Amino acid sequence: MTLEILTPEKKLFSGEVYGVQLPGITGLFEILDKHAPLVSALGKGKLKVLKEKNAFVHYSIQGGFVEVLNNKVSVLVEGAEALD
Amino acid sequence: MAGQLKEVRNRIKSVQSTQQITKAMKMVSAAKLRRAQDAITQMRPYAQKLQEMLSNIVSNVEGDLNMSLAENRAVEKVLLIVITSDRGLAGAYNANVVKTTKQVIKDKYASQYAKGNVTIWNIGKKGWESLTKSGYKTNDTYKDIFLKLTFENVQLAAQAAVKAFENKEFDAIDIVYSEFKNAATQRFLSEQFLPIPKVAQKDGGAKADFIFEPEKETLIAELMPKILNTQLYKAVLDANASEHGARMTAMDKASENANELLKSLKISYNRARQAAITTELTEIVSGAAALQG
Repeated sequence: MTLEILTPEKKLFSGEVYGVQLPGITGLFEILDKHAPLVSALGKGKLKVLKEKNAFVHYSIQGGFVEVLNNKVSVLVEGAEALD
Repeated sequence: MAGQLKEVRNRIKSVQSTQQITKAMKMVSAAKLRRAQDAITQMRPYAQKLQEMLSNIVSNVEGDLNMSLAENRAVEKVLLIVITSDRGLAGAYNANVVKTTKQVIKDKYASQYAKGNVTIWNIGKKGWESLTKSGYKTNDTYKDIFLKLTFENVQLAAQAAVKAFENKEFDAIDIVYSEFKNAATQRFLSEQFLPIPKVAQKDGGAKADFIFEPEKETLIAELMPKILNTQLYKAVLDANASEHGARMTAMDKASENANELLKSLKISYNRARQAAITTELTEIVSGAAALQG
């Protein structure tokens, strides 16, 4: 699936990934390949991009939204920063 | 003769110093443009995606959702948010925004204007001056956003507009601004701000059955203000980049014209100088000849 992370300042990430873990408003959840269409609000927390099953990158975010449609995940966040 | 020489010399000097100013202004605009352009190009994908997301939700939940911000009411009272710059010397940039505004009023809101129900909120001093002088109902609360261009300031204006729409002070809100294409071209346009425009269903594209988390109402309530803020912020950034682009092009042209002017002035200067020398020589020669004769 394709993942895109956008902030008002710049495009933070774009590419093929295995999955992504997101801090939803109601709790942490993970999106994997061929997820059903979804729109969700995100809270403050850590966003984890799984490039491969065991290789990942962390970002800290202040809040935002995620949309999944046709195997394309778009994450819109504010105040995002790369960790590690 | 000497008087004419001096006159031309003075003209040359004054054109040169004007050219220095236009050249400097061009450089400053170029530097500012680069920054403004960066801001806008980086922000564009985010704004587009937000808009898309909202459109997706709105067209998917039609009917079973109370969306006061997408409600199409009979348009009685209209608000135009007009974005111009604070400074002139940017070619036809401000004039074009004002022209577009008048065109929009004439084409789209003629009947409302006749009843005096078209209000204009100005961002940027130039448009405010011009439209107030033309007798439109203007408001300068948010005129000075460009003095301190931050997301927060723009947000204030956007939220005030949303509130006015909710309170039914206005039935339609448009933004008139110039979209930044490149340094030499701007696209002057008016964009519907509220009610939120619905997207046409794409051909063959099935309505996706979205899962909403949390429920639609909360989600939309959170998403909506953010989108409208972003939309206005994007318009302001676009206008800002357009302004610097327009000024840069205008100043470049001015410097070029100054060069041409200098060229022709120098020719007439040299001509006057030669004429002066020739007359002087003739005087001497004929004086000597008269003495000898």
